[in-house]
Amino acid sequence: MDSALIPEGAKRCSLPKFSIGMAIVGAVLLWGVWAMFLCWFKGLNQTNMNDYYGFALWIWADLAVIAVGGGAFFTGMLRYIFNIKELKNIINFAVIIGFICYSSALLILAIDIGQPLRGWFIFWHANIHSMLTEVAFCLSCYFAVLTIEFIPNILENRQANKVPFFHHLAHNMHGIMVIFAATGAFLSFFHQGSLGGVAGVMYGRPFAVREGLLIWPWTFFLFTWSAAAYGPSFTLLVTKMTEVITGKKLVKDNVVHLLAKISGWMIVTYIIAKIIDTIYWAYVTAPSLGFKLSHFYTDNSFYGYWILITEIVICGIVPGAILVIKSTRENPTLRLVAIILGTIGVCLNRWVMVLQIMAVPVMPFDTWALYIPSWQEVATTVLPVAYGIMLIALAYRYLPVFPQEKELNSVKPITESE
Amino acid sequence: MFPFSFEWVWDIGHMIFFGGLWYAVGILSAGMIYVILKAAWDTMSESINNSGESH
Repeated sequence: MDSALIPEGAKRCSLPKFSIGMAIVGAVLLWGVWAMFLCWFKGLNQTNMNDYYGFALWIWADLAVIAVGGGAFFTGMLRYIFNIKELKNIINFAVIIGFICYSSALLILAIDIGQPLRGWFIFWHANIHSMLTEVAFCLSCYFAVLTIEFIPNILENRQANKVPFFHHLAHNMHGIMVIFAATGAFLSFFHQGSLGGVAGVMYGRPFAVREGLLIWPWTFFLFTWSAAAYGPSFTLLVTKMTEVITGKKLVKDNVVHLLAKISGWMIVTYIIAKIIDTIYWAYVTAPSLGFKLSHFYTDNSFYGYWILITEIVICGIVPGAILVIKSTRENPTLRLVAIILGTIGVCLNRWVMVLQIMAVPVMPFDTWALYIPSWQEVATTVLPVAYGIMLIALAYRYLPVFPQEKELNSVKPITESE
Repeated sequence: MFPFSFEWVWDIGHMIFFGGLWYAVGILSAGMIYVILKAAWDTMSESINNSGESH
């Protein structure tokens, strides 16, 4: 029924089968939308946020999707600015993942501010002393960049591309994509960094505060670095999931190996910097503020040393080592383990930098404050996942996302010897 | 947000923050205007050429 819209030479499941899948995911999406409207119409009392937790599950989800969405800016930078040609075969998908991540981040913020009709205040009445203002500026502009990068792929749809203006527009946009990619890299560097900077300048929170360079705490650089390191791993993970669901090979191994190698080296260099930062913080910064390392990891039922070891060793050193060594990187199972661990690692890092910060007692009379999100918070956090699945499904079905798909899945003619 | 806004102050903070914002917005807008105009021009040129060939 919709075969005229499907890319030429590509095979897709039947429309009824596709519709059933979309309906199932759509039901989850509607659950999230219902919770979203509850938060908007009844207010933030629908959440379990309180005076301890002004930042909660949403902000973790926000920082996590922005971190894993970093694959778009970093892959775009490598493709268009460093001109690594192999990456043209995965850049479309990286952009779509980035688009989903950043639109989700903006949606989460729209729910989190409680009064979305006043969202424009952050631009009009900007507090120029706030790193979050810079984040809002860069996030909005970078979302515009991702939209611009996504448009040519939409215009290459089989029917849209028949319209001469759309055909030329897509062609011309490809022609100057390097300018948009460079702007995106500039914006990403600052908003990824400023999200880390917010934690690093919290002088009242010894768990988070860091020294740094000029006005930027070390967390500024670590956040940008980790997004560039783990973002490509997430791109590879979603690509692998799409390949498993569709039962097709979509990207050639040499492209996957290259992106995995780049991600691996970025993870290794990042994790060395992270270890140095952690040791300096544990032995110099925190003691200078009157705290021992054990204060942040004991006397509570959840946050123990396990979280530090998981983040740095299991989800940092291990995936970095797997992806850097050629033999393990080219082993599909080990590579999958590494990119899963890497994705968990960066999400765990954001959890620690958003929620463990809030939980740690600061004053002598404080106790550990643990937090369990309400169902409305969970539903609105699941909402972007459902939205992402639907958008990927639609893009895969109707757009030429993977340039190598046709070649990798062509039916070989049966020869006489066979 | 704009220099004519009552909150605007000509200090380094406003100039850096909003300079960065308008720099990014300016590049994106200029880029999009350029590709849209060029696409319109290319479409018209193609259509003129096609109609010329058909006569």
